[in-house]
Amino acid sequence: MPEIKPFRAQKRMKELMAGHFRGVDAAAKDPDRKVAWCTSVGPAELLHSFGFEVYYPENHGAMLGATRSAEKYIPLANALGYSPDICSYLTSDIGAFLAGETPLQRAYGLEGVPRPDVLVYNTNQCRDVQDWFSFYGRRFGVPVIGVNSPTGVSEVTRPHVNAMVAQYQALIPTLEEVSGRRFDPDRFREVMGLSAKTSDLWKECLWQASYRPSPLTFFDACILMGPAVVLRGTPEAVAFYEELLAELKERVDGGVAAVEGERYRVYWEGMPVWGKLRDLALFFQELRTAVVVSTYCNSWVFDAFDPADPFESMARAYLELFIVRSDDAKERIMARLIEEFQVDGVVYHDAKTCPHNSNTRYGLPQRLKERTGVPFIVIYGDLNDLRCFSEEQAKTNIEAFVEQLGPGRAAAGG
Amino acid sequence: MAAHVLGLDLGSSWSKAVLLDPDGRVAGRALRRTGIRFEDAARDLRDEVLSAAGVDRVGCTVATGYGRRNVPFADARRTEISCHAKGAYHFFPREMDVVDIGGQDNKIIHVRRDGTVANFLMNRKCAAGTGAFVEEIAHRLDIPLERIEALAEGATREITLSSFCTVFSATEVIKLIREGEEPENLCRGIFNSVIARVVEMGPLGEFIVMSGGVVAAFPIVAKIMAGRTGAAVEVPPDPQFLGAFGAALVAREELGADP
Ligand code: SF4
Repeated sequence: MPEIKPFRAQKRMKELMAGHFRGVDAAAKDPDRKVAWCTSVGPAELLHSFGFEVYYPENHGAMLGATRSAEKYIPLANALGYSPDICSYLTSDIGAFLAGETPLQRAYGLEGVPRPDVLVYNTNQCRDVQDWFSFYGRRFGVPVIGVNSPTGVSEVTRPHVNAMVAQYQALIPTLEEVSGRRFDPDRFREVMGLSAKTSDLWKECLWQASYRPSPLTFFDACILMGPAVVLRGTPEAVAFYEELLAELKERVDGGVAAVEGERYRVYWEGMPVWGKLRDLALFFQELRTAVVVSTYCNSWVFDAFDPADPFESMARAYLELFIVRSDDAKERIMARLIEEFQVDGVVYHDAKTCPHNSNTRYGLPQRLKERTGVPFIVIYGDLNDLRCFSEEQAKTNIEAFVEQLGPGRAAAGG
Repeated sequence: MAAHVLGLDLGSSWSKAVLLDPDGRVAGRALRRTGIRFEDAARDLRDEVLSAAGVDRVGCTVATGYGRRNVPFADARRTEISCHAKGAYHFFPREMDVVDIGGQDNKIIHVRRDGTVANFLMNRKCAAGTGAFVEEIAHRLDIPLERIEALAEGATREITLSSFCTVFSATEVIKLIREGEEPENLCRGIFNSVIARVVEMGPLGEFIVMSGGVVAAFPIVAKIMAGRTGAAVEVPPDPQFLGAFGAALVAREELGADP
């Protein structure tokens, strides 16, 4: 029977995540401390520098997906006018809020989501986050601020960067007012240093999967990336990824495979199907196929971060992200990863409610196949809305794809 | 390898069995509604085909189709993609696109010159353009399934239902009826739509092999496909059994691999 090999570091991660949520919760209840809600690739470093506890609604959205409660909440948001066709993180998160429920209750004993003092978005990933945060801004009567990023960027240029730096700097007065603190450039640099370190370590962890057999899979990484998302800019995240990296290197040295008998290596492009993460992980195990690289987990690798020039490098890092880029840039990035990770095939997940993370709709898979010769398959599903996911069809597609990867599998004769 | 082999294709609507004798000739075939228990359907089909052929044991059983994981007595399983490719290649050993129109889904499988699968496409979740779609629209028109092909042959005008969605297509049909469209043209429209849905899935080459229950019941779709694409379109014998036949071919290979 296939099994998922757990990491020792997961124990520490659980404590860290619990500490994070309880910390934000405590801050929300303490009139002297402030909570900022931030988009997953928003200017978290800047917020930390003001002493905000930072909470990430997308992370909460993923929890709703992973606990398969999203389906219960999505219709509540739909009824309020938030369409079933838009981001299902948004609809499940708002729906859960309307129901007065959250998985944080069961997991960490919180009464509800921690109340924000300010909401800060970055539209580098999509417009949905701005609308999402605006809902809460109205509900809580707190400021909603953010930056409007260009998208479809081919090369990140000076004008792009300048425009973003100016917007980040324009956030400062509101952040000063809400936090009651003056902007402290030294502290900002310090936080950037910690975020840069977290990002470097996370990248090194992910890159261990370039070894054969791979010591970790995309599905492991979806779990292990928690601290890279919610704790970047803190020393705890740095310590955690040091520990994880050591464990991964141990696996590599010992030849410990995440997928026993690894035969094929594939790239996962697109969002995870949160409610089916474990199922799919086991399914790929059964097919002896390791998902060694993904766009999604790489989204929290920020190569540009540089404490010496925090505003500029932050602007650059949040613009260089895959999701912000044009298709030609995406193709270059993927082609490089396909080579580095020795990938046999690419699985694209077309997520019904997230066009921004679905790179299947403008002919990219076909062009990339032309360019690399590596075959692909598209599966149709969603990050959270399992009503859009036909498990049987997805699995048949994946299984047939793996059969196709095996040379001669369907060969002549018989 | 002096044994019979069995291929079972547990489809979403119909299940099919093909029994091959030790020389690889078809020794029996069976077909039945899948129903709600794949396991029972598989067992019943096996028993039926074996008893009809007077065979009491098989050397190897390979399961394919949606229910392929629910056949406890199968020795191996393969997806319907691999099995259709293998079955089609047996009859047409050349580069081709296999177009399978089933009860609930459509597939295009591009097979290389050496018989391996180069790539494949399956339709998205909607049933538009599948066998279920044909049934639903015929039902809407209140025309028995057996008659729609004959009616379609007498069409005087080409119409295509343009919706991606079976429910929307049904609404379109109602509108056309209201506008006084001839039943012949509507029936032809059903088949035109089936082919339109397939053609928009992905590129097709110049040699197409069609399989599945829809072409078995309504050979006219092969003609429409040829007209629409300009490709040479072939239909293997018993196209509804092609997946099961392919599975049986896999079973023969598996048996050969056995010590
Ligand atoms: S990128 Fe997609 S999943 Fe993320 S917030 Fe935007 S729409 Fe939702």
